[in-house]
Amino acid sequence: MSAILSVRNVSMQFGALMANKDVSFDVEPGTVVGLIGPNGAGKTTLFNCVAGFYKPSAGSILFHGEDITGMPSYRVARKGLARTFQVVRPLKEMTVLENIMVGAYMSHGDTKRALAFAEECMRTCFLEEWRDKPSGDMTIGNKKRLEIARALATGPKMLLLDEAVAGLTSTEVKEMVDVIKRLKATGLTILMVEHIMEAIMPIADKIVVLAHGEKIAEGIPGDVVRNNEVITAYLGKKYAEGMAKGHGSRS
Amino acid sequence: MNPTGFFRRFGWPVLLVILAALPIVGIVGEGFLSHVLILVLLNAAMAQAWNIIGGYGGQVSFGHSVFFGIGAYGAAYAVCVSETTPWPGVLIGALLAALVAILVSYPCFKLKGHYFAIATFAIVEIFNRLFMIWDWVGGAVGLDYTILEDGWKNFTWSVDKRGYYYGILIIFALVFSLVRWISRSRAGYYLRAIREGQETAESLGVNSTGMKLAAMALSAFLAALCGAFYAQYNFRVDPPMVMSLDMSMKFVLVTILGGIGTFRGPLLGAIVLVPLQEYSRAYLSRLGSGVDLIIFGLIIVLMMEFQPGGIMGIIQHYSDSKKRTSRRRGVTEASS
Amino acid sequence: MSILTQVVLDGLWAGMLYGLIAAGLSLIWGVMDVLNFAHGEFLMVGMYVSFFTGFLFKIDPIISWIAAGAFLFILGVLTYKLVIARILGKAMAPLLATFGLSMIIKNVVLNRFTPNFRILEGTLLEGRSFMIADVIVPLPQFATALLSLVVLGALYLMLTRTRFGWAIQATALDKEAANLMGINTEQIYLLVFGIGGACVGIAGGLLPSYLATHPDVGTLFGLIAFMVVAMGGFGSIPGALIAAIMIGLVESLAGFYIGPVYKYIAVFGVYLIIILVRPKGLFGW
Repeated sequence: MSAILSVRNVSMQFGALMANKDVSFDVEPGTVVGLIGPNGAGKTTLFNCVAGFYKPSAGSILFHGEDITGMPSYRVARKGLARTFQVVRPLKEMTVLENIMVGAYMSHGDTKRALAFAEECMRTCFLEEWRDKPSGDMTIGNKKRLEIARALATGPKMLLLDEAVAGLTSTEVKEMVDVIKRLKATGLTILMVEHIMEAIMPIADKIVVLAHGEKIAEGIPGDVVRNNEVITAYLGKKYAEGMAKGHGSRS
Repeated sequence: MNPTGFFRRFGWPVLLVILAALPIVGIVGEGFLSHVLILVLLNAAMAQAWNIIGGYGGQVSFGHSVFFGIGAYGAAYAVCVSETTPWPGVLIGALLAALVAILVSYPCFKLKGHYFAIATFAIVEIFNRLFMIWDWVGGAVGLDYTILEDGWKNFTWSVDKRGYYYGILIIFALVFSLVRWISRSRAGYYLRAIREGQETAESLGVNSTGMKLAAMALSAFLAALCGAFYAQYNFRVDPPMVMSLDMSMKFVLVTILGGIGTFRGPLLGAIVLVPLQEYSRAYLSRLGSGVDLIIFGLIIVLMMEFQPGGIMGIIQHYSDSKKRTSRRRGVTEASS
Repeated sequence: MSILTQVVLDGLWAGMLYGLIAAGLSLIWGVMDVLNFAHGEFLMVGMYVSFFTGFLFKIDPIISWIAAGAFLFILGVLTYKLVIARILGKAMAPLLATFGLSMIIKNVVLNRFTPNFRILEGTLLEGRSFMIADVIVPLPQFATALLSLVVLGALYLMLTRTRFGWAIQATALDKEAANLMGINTEQIYLLVFGIGGACVGIAGGLLPSYLATHPDVGTLFGLIAFMVVAMGGFGSIPGALIAAIMIGLVESLAGFYIGPVYKYIAVFGVYLIIILVRPKGLFGW
């Protein structure tokens, strides 16, 4: 099975700051891949390189085998790679449905069909009751699901989610996880950046861990959480040593 | 169907039919009222043309008098210098305006907020001064029409204003129909998305630069048609008359006072402002010069202070509060 | 060579005056993100104040700039209170409201004082000049430039060296935080509009010693001030001064070497080129 998205040796430098250093990983079609790491690990930077918002200083990004490195974001979107924003960006003066319509016009040229598809995406993300409300007036949880609905409406082959559950209440997290599970069930490929591990573990097929801009681990969720380097990166050295000792004494 | 639904659906064609019938029933012919009605339609068309990029697209341009002026000079050049009918000049002028709009806007779209506004001021001033010294188009004196034969061939009528009225009605109908169609289509959604968040729009596959340039070009083309009409109507053109910040401001003010980014706003703005300005100019002149403009300025300040949403904002506010009271009434009825 | 020096110096005097005119605009823009469209009309009002103190009370512009500055301080404060305060932060509303204000001011002046050009005769500096080597330095222009520089320097020191200046800067950077630190930001806004008005008022007060006063005189100065501020990067006083001197030099050089009618085409053209290369101005961030 060939990868739908390949990140190859990507480095991103801002002045003296090395935000990403030689990161490589693949995303297989139909899987959910979680990109995790502590604060400042360079997740969002890498995410923005993939989505066409930054041009990486070195390395390349292949989508369906095609080099999309440094392609303007609207063309990346048209290739079938849709993104959401970590800090929600509703198109405030437009209603929820109109927001989704903007995305739907990419996949459906005809207004009637775009409207039908937008309504469908709206329902997938549990936003029906907000249909004709200005999007700026909603709660953060609804806005986050609007981000997904809008991206979904572009008819993507793959979805990029930037911290979809960050800042949500526990009920909202549950709703969000339900939405993502629905999407996974339809066979959509998803790459999600997440700061909170708990949210991503039950959904992800594979986890890629970044720390200090470098990839330090990659594998199935169960393995990654037991990886010493990952524990060190997240919880500090002392804690990792303690964990290791604890494991040792128990066995 | 409730009355609002009927208005939404058929209001526009009905309005056009009524406007077209005005000369037949004798309301438009000669005299001051006809003049005011023509100016209302002209200003509405200008404002709606500006509204495409300024209102829907959110790029507040103070440079539209340049496009208006190029259109005016196109017609006047054909008549006064080439000594033909105005028509080839109208077409060439409008196309040229669209081209200039693209060339000038492409770099300026990189600028944000006040920086964009000031750059468009500078462009107007440059064009104004270039035309002032450009002898080929008459320099500071401008171009004066000689006496032409009345009729559609020359687009000239000396006394009876019905020809002009129908001429501007056609432009008005063209501009408004185009905007009505655009606002309900993909391009309308894309423009509003760019206004609300350019990066977000791009993440949804919108080529924002291309979209803005296309909107600006169309807006400039339509503004140039209005400019050509203006030259034909006044029998003359000179730089301060068509290419000035004051003229640019007209595009912006009529739209904003009516309701920026709305379909009906530009018409409402023109309906209120133009008669006010024309009648105050005609009847307040005994109070000395400038009184009409003092009143005009005062209205702008008051509107910005109390209702930046313009006349459409007032209507919105009124209909919202009506809805709210009816909902409240519903609640009390249910509980009693 | 001496012609070039002459032209450059003439541009320098003009540029220093533009610096003072633009400083008021820059300050207001930098602190509250308002582009005051009536700025040029403020200058014109300052000129009328100075003209009439000269005409009626025989006080020379060299003194009456103080009155013009004080008058415009009050006009600035009133503008803030009556026009700006309510709509601060509402997109284009302040720009358009001050455009309305500029129409009101211009036409009230036109209505009261006629469109006639008014020249103040018999001023102290009128017609005087001195020579440096073979270069003529006209005294009215030179004195105006010098005083502009002094006022600019005082403004700069006030902004950077006094508690009041720090309070202004804190308000410009983050209004909420400044509020929490006990700064009365509303009062700061009011005073900034007053000070911005006073700067342009002082400039206007000096001008009647060599420029005729009429209702339209402010328009071009206002436009030049917009260019200067956008070029210098808003809120930066040294940026505004450098940009203003550049504008003054371009105006003078183009006027002499290309032709007077090309003067402002060159000024606006240079502004456009610079702003397109550096979209936030020379010293903007």
